[in-house]
Amino acid sequence: MDTNVLFIFILAIFVGIEVISKVPSMLHTPLMSGTNAIHGIILFGGILVLADASTPLAQALGFVAVIFGSANVFGGFMVTDLMLQMFKKKK
Amino acid sequence: MSSTIAFIIIGVSVLFILGIKFLSSPKTARIGNLVAAAGMFIALCVLLKTDGTSVWSHGWSFNYTLIVIGTIIGLIIGAIGAYSVKMTSMPQMVALFNGLGGGAAALVASLEFIKDAKAPVIAGMEIPVAHQSTAFIAGSMLFATLIGSLSFSGSIIAYLKLEGKFEKPMTFPGQNILNGLILLVILGLCGFLTFNATNGNATTAFIVMFCLALFFGVAMVMPIGGADMPVVISLLNSFTGLAVAADGFAINNLAMVVAGTLVGSSGTLLTLLMCKAMNRPVTNVLFGAFGSSGAAQAGAAGVVGTVKPIQADEVALLLAYAQRVVVVPGYGMAVAQAQHSVRELTEELGKRGVEVQFAIHPVAGRMPGHMNVLLAEANVPYDQLIEMEQINPSMDRVDVCLVIGANDVVNPAAREDKSSPIYGMPIIDADHCKTCIVMKRSMAAGFAGIENHLFYKDNTRMLFGDAKASLNARVAAVKAS
Repeated sequence: MDTNVLFIFILAIFVGIEVISKVPSMLHTPLMSGTNAIHGIILFGGILVLADASTPLAQALGFVAVIFGSANVFGGFMVTDLMLQMFKKKK
Repeated sequence: MSSTIAFIIIGVSVLFILGIKFLSSPKTARIGNLVAAAGMFIALCVLLKTDGTSVWSHGWSFNYTLIVIGTIIGLIIGAIGAYSVKMTSMPQMVALFNGLGGGAAALVASLEFIKDAKAPVIAGMEIPVAHQSTAFIAGSMLFATLIGSLSFSGSIIAYLKLEGKFEKPMTFPGQNILNGLILLVILGLCGFLTFNATNGNATTAFIVMFCLALFFGVAMVMPIGGADMPVVISLLNSFTGLAVAADGFAINNLAMVVAGTLVGSSGTLLTLLMCKAMNRPVTNVLFGAFGSSGAAQAGAAGVVGTVKPIQADEVALLLAYAQRVVVVPGYGMAVAQAQHSVRELTEELGKRGVEVQFAIHPVAGRMPGHMNVLLAEANVPYDQLIEMEQINPSMDRVDVCLVIGANDVVNPAAREDKSSPIYGMPIIDADHCKTCIVMKRSMAAGFAGIENHLFYKDNTRMLFGDAKASLNARVAAVKAS
């Protein structure tokens, strides 16, 4: 076990809290949707396990994981962008 | 990991942090989302296997074909979902995408776990070191499976509840105890598996744990009412983030650890902020089964005065000769698809020199910030949208306050009536303005099922009817006057 990873984990917790502490509530929905897209990085996990899959079961489950992860990441970023492009200032 | 790739991963982490940071201001939010997406793409290009070699440098195999097909299918599902969703259904969409992410996290962790559990059987006595899980790695895989699968099933239930299926909280006596017992069994199994990952029964125990975790997600969300789903989704969103981070530990991928942890911690804070806006502790949302405990009847006592109706043309006169008008929009406005009519009305008033603002309660709509999205869709400029804390101190200088489809968030009972279930919830002080006009279809109680004291105040007038129709009538009347 590499303790560096744990170190990064702990720091990331505080960065995550700090970085959104001043978010106005008007942006909570896009923020939730945006962070939702960021955890779509699980697609990588799906790719990694599927690349190494050796049994049909592992391939099937890995395939499902890739579909899920891909829908999460692409759908998440797209829907957030759709929402945010509507925020306009008064002309 | 070579140092070049290490630097790239550091860059990617910075992009994620900046992305979230930019998301916190309306001017930069859209760029923030794109920055995070760019980070994701870069991280994909330098994706490493557990042994430190690039996932793209191996020869092509059937598995890679599956990866490409799967990614494309997911892309299509995501695109269809994103482009077909109505803005009023945004919370459902987020719940669905979150559920898929949770499901993926659970599947990834289980595949890794089962692979490791089987390793000694395949390799006989010689357990390959790379596959021999330390308790820490096994623990993080189990954590990811548990959290990911309950996030998956919980999000599906949250989605269904927002769609109006079994919206009511489903409760029975001893429910919290039963749920607690299930959780205890799950944790017991996890504890056993953490230290016996290569035990002969490990796979069976693992499957039992997986199914129980799925069931627990359902059992956890079922007793919570539809109105509290945003909090649940936000919580499950942070759960999925943590599951992804745990997966990152298990397969030694730093980008996943950073991204997952950022989502996990910011999502937790967001959940707490939402609960704070509703003035309810998070434990009360999750275990309180709000709305089923006879809250509907409470608060009705102590209402004095009568309801005074008003006609549309009278409203038009009031508005046209006002100096400052504040609109308090609620989810009812969006359901009636009235936001475009509202914008038309406010533009018309703006032309006549009336100062128009929108007062946005933190939990207006179905999710915090949902109302802003709905109004933005109707081309209302965001600098007209004022948050509750900013507008409340000047509410007594407002001539006309127009409450459209909002109910609980303007209920003075939250300030005055200690027996009311919403007592203490911050509200928009609509009753402080000179004239308050409430547009409503009927006298039915709001989402929380509580009688609204505002309707009986002396300076309140009620305009009954469909919000859109009466707004259109008013636009016409204002133009004419």
